[in-house]
Amino acid sequence: MDILSLFVIVPVLTVLVLVITKNLKQARLVSLVGMTVQFIMSINLIFAYLKERAISTDIMVFTRDVVWYETFNIHYNIGVDAISVVMIALTSTVVLAGIFISWKIADLPKEFFISLLVLSSGVFGFFISLDLFTMFLFFEIAVIPMYLLIGIWGSGPKENSAMKLTLMLMAASAVLSVGIFGVYFNSDADGGALTFNILEIAQVNIPLAAQNLFFPFLFIGFAVLGALFPFHTWSPSGHASAPTAVSMLHAGVLMKLGGYGVFRVAMYLLPLGALNWSNFFLVLATIGVIYGAFGAIMQKDLKYINAYASVSHLGLVLFALLMINKTAWNGAIIQSLSHGLLTALFFALIGMVYGRTHTREISKLGGLMKVLPFIGAVYVITGLAYLGLPGFSGFVAEMNIFVGAFQHPDMFRRILTVIVVSSIVVTAVYILRMLGKIMMGPINNDEFKNLTKATWYEKTGLILLMIPVVAIGVMPFWLSEMLKESIQPFLERLL
Amino acid sequence: MDWKSLLLMRYELGLLAIVLLLIIFEIFSSKKQKENLISFAIILFAIHTLIGFLPLDKGELFGGMFNTNALLHFFKGTLNVGVLILLLQSADWLKDTIVQQKKSTEFIMLLFSSLLGMYFMISSGDFLMFYIGLELATLPVAALVAYETSKRISAEAGVKFILSSALASGTAIFGISLLYATTGSIYFDVIADVLTISNLSVLGFIFFFMGLAFKISLVPFHFWTADVYQGAPISVASYLSVISKGAAVMILMIILFTVMKPLFPIWTKIIYIVAIATMFIGNLFALRQQNMKRFLAFSSVAQAGFILLGFLSYDQLGTATIVFFVAVYIFSNLGAFGVVQAISTASNKENIDDYEGLYRTNPKLSLLMMLALFSLAGIPPLAGFFGKFFLYAAAASKGYYVMVFIAVVNATISLYYYLIVVRAMFLRKNPNAIPYFKSRPYMRLGLIIAAVGILMAGLYSPLYNYIFSISSSF
Repeated sequence: MDILSLFVIVPVLTVLVLVITKNLKQARLVSLVGMTVQFIMSINLIFAYLKERAISTDIMVFTRDVVWYETFNIHYNIGVDAISVVMIALTSTVVLAGIFISWKIADLPKEFFISLLVLSSGVFGFFISLDLFTMFLFFEIAVIPMYLLIGIWGSGPKENSAMKLTLMLMAASAVLSVGIFGVYFNSDADGGALTFNILEIAQVNIPLAAQNLFFPFLFIGFAVLGALFPFHTWSPSGHASAPTAVSMLHAGVLMKLGGYGVFRVAMYLLPLGALNWSNFFLVLATIGVIYGAFGAIMQKDLKYINAYASVSHLGLVLFALLMINKTAWNGAIIQSLSHGLLTALFFALIGMVYGRTHTREISKLGGLMKVLPFIGAVYVITGLAYLGLPGFSGFVAEMNIFVGAFQHPDMFRRILTVIVVSSIVVTAVYILRMLGKIMMGPINNDEFKNLTKATWYEKTGLILLMIPVVAIGVMPFWLSEMLKESIQPFLERLL
Repeated sequence: MDWKSLLLMRYELGLLAIVLLLIIFEIFSSKKQKENLISFAIILFAIHTLIGFLPLDKGELFGGMFNTNALLHFFKGTLNVGVLILLLQSADWLKDTIVQQKKSTEFIMLLFSSLLGMYFMISSGDFLMFYIGLELATLPVAALVAYETSKRISAEAGVKFILSSALASGTAIFGISLLYATTGSIYFDVIADVLTISNLSVLGFIFFFMGLAFKISLVPFHFWTADVYQGAPISVASYLSVISKGAAVMILMIILFTVMKPLFPIWTKIIYIVAIATMFIGNLFALRQQNMKRFLAFSSVAQAGFILLGFLSYDQLGTATIVFFVAVYIFSNLGAFGVVQAISTASNKENIDDYEGLYRTNPKLSLLMMLALFSLAGIPPLAGFFGKFFLYAAAASKGYYVMVFIAVVNATISLYYYLIVVRAMFLRKNPNAIPYFKSRPYMRLGLIIAAVGILMAGLYSPLYNYIFSISSSF
């Protein structure tokens, strides 16, 4: 058994064991064990990867290739580079934290953890896939459990939010499938066999007309998941209605599938299409960044603020990817990681505040720092990291993106960059205002004086997410060094 | 012709023997023994199904009227599995209601006769055999549709079905006569050689196609579907939507890909338009349905539209994907119909509203229903995903990207109404939910086989590879 397939097998096995569990205690114990194993494996994978990288010059390592459907040349083909390794590490961290945060889930606990783990197995499978078919398959597996997760355990208008989210994401995957067929049936352009293998297709010179035609399909198909404007509307309502762990996993990990797919599939396989379309999508990404930031200012509900902030920050990822240079791409990947961790932290914290105060409205909250010191402190740190304070991951990511984006000599991109940079100010406004209102100031409700302090499992979940945020912020070079070699082959396709 | 070559008709002769055995059993059995007749029929048919999977030679009989090859052989086996599941799922209903009316043997005999007709239809080598098979497949079903004579709606459905079928058969045979007029033959291989594009032959094709389009319930020939499904007993409705439709798709494919090959510039256009219309109409009408049977009726109309995508790639790939999709569709739809049947037998409820809160009382049935519906919607890793993906691939392989785009849009629309049922079962809480009940062994076996098919048919790739390898046989 190779070490990558285990990332799909462990969640599936955990789900199978979960089926026979009887109550909340058993269910959460089983999922905790499964995901701890997964977490240790992902840490191990980072070191194994570094060791392997030292002796191997392949783009992907730990590859394994098994023929699945001969007729279509579909393979179960897996492998990782630095980018997938860090994404896997991010996923396992967020999933593990999510399990801690869902410690007290009351309604149908077994089903909750099963859906959560099915979702995560899809995400892991997506990150290790090197075959377009299996990638697409895992993509959809990751999306569909969201319907049940939001619909059953969510709050507010959960049924509508769940339906909207599922339909929009499945529509995106439908668009994506057209793009995949376009690539697949052009993969014999140089006389070879039709193939779904990403690395093989990258060797083929797909005709320009096909590239221009199918790039938007691939790009939009993935970028909807990355909350590309104007296809982001599923995100705020979906996140607001979802239960805490699901918001964490969704904003923290699932939305990263979008950027990852754009990078790994759309831009890598159709480089000419990417160059021709980049200006158009850059404008959309820019609008997304600004729109998300201003949208967040206007919100009164904590979850909505974070959801719009996610639109803004993930717009930044797409923006950086479309800038096509090393620094910006480096920034995009770090931003994916950083946003994943920070937004998961935010949603976890919001869940804790909501679970105690039963409200998410800013106007009704106040002075929580005094009664909930731990949660309050983490909230403040997260907020500051989110708006890009040096010393945390957010700063490293945004710095890289803006420096990279500004390297472009042409005026159009410079203007867009200036516009996007201004979003930092807006971010500072809504984050600081929110922090000031809910954490500082007087306690504006007497009931808040008796709130329970953070429990051990909540603290564990938060600390688990906090460590990498600080680590990336303090030692960004270590990460950049690791990513550098993996970015290079992808960049070469586009230059 | 030596007697050995009659073994090529093993399926047909076997099924005929079963029907005759059942008649004998019916005549000589006492009242009490008749209770066991259903089990007897199921066991006989299970043996028949198992024997069917033994390898069989390729060949033809009666001067080319009847032929068989590996693909037809496989397809008949698939239909058998479908009918077996269906028998298992309807055994309880038969025992509860039909045995009292002393009509259970006839029910099974009519079902088997219709299946026999389908065997002949898909094995036919000329239009005469085709027509006989078509009629033998259709007429018993009309009786089955009207089987619950105590219900007015069932009788009405029977009349609707027989009238529209008669019209369809008439249209088909008119088309055949026009084709005969242009080519001077009713043999498939002769027609394939001499057929050219002319006004008469195109007209003949169109009439012929209309006839079969009724059976597959393609738009605009789908109007009977919902009413008949709603009125018919559930097992008959699922027979119509799965077995009958599957067989009609198969023979349409054989005729289009072999006999009508010269006309393909014409029929690909027709298929293109009909496919789009079928998907959209089926989906849009399914959105607002309240009755599960009507809901599944429109869903099966929409599924037929998807199947047509495979026709656009008139080659080995298209053949294999169509056969594979039909096999997958049989499992998925029988899974859904099986749950409807189980719930209806236990509680007499058939509306989507009645399913609210079902998961909390009957988790296993709800889970199977969700898997079946997700498979129909094409969600991985269930079989339907692979079926649909390959159909899209078949269409895209000939450059029909616009068609694929329309199809995926429709797949998204269809997901909405499948999710409505999932929503009722899983998301809603209902104090008056259908109480917990235990399915009986036959029903459970029928559901389990369907579930295994839904889960494994896609992930287990040798199935598709096998179908692809035998698809070259015509």
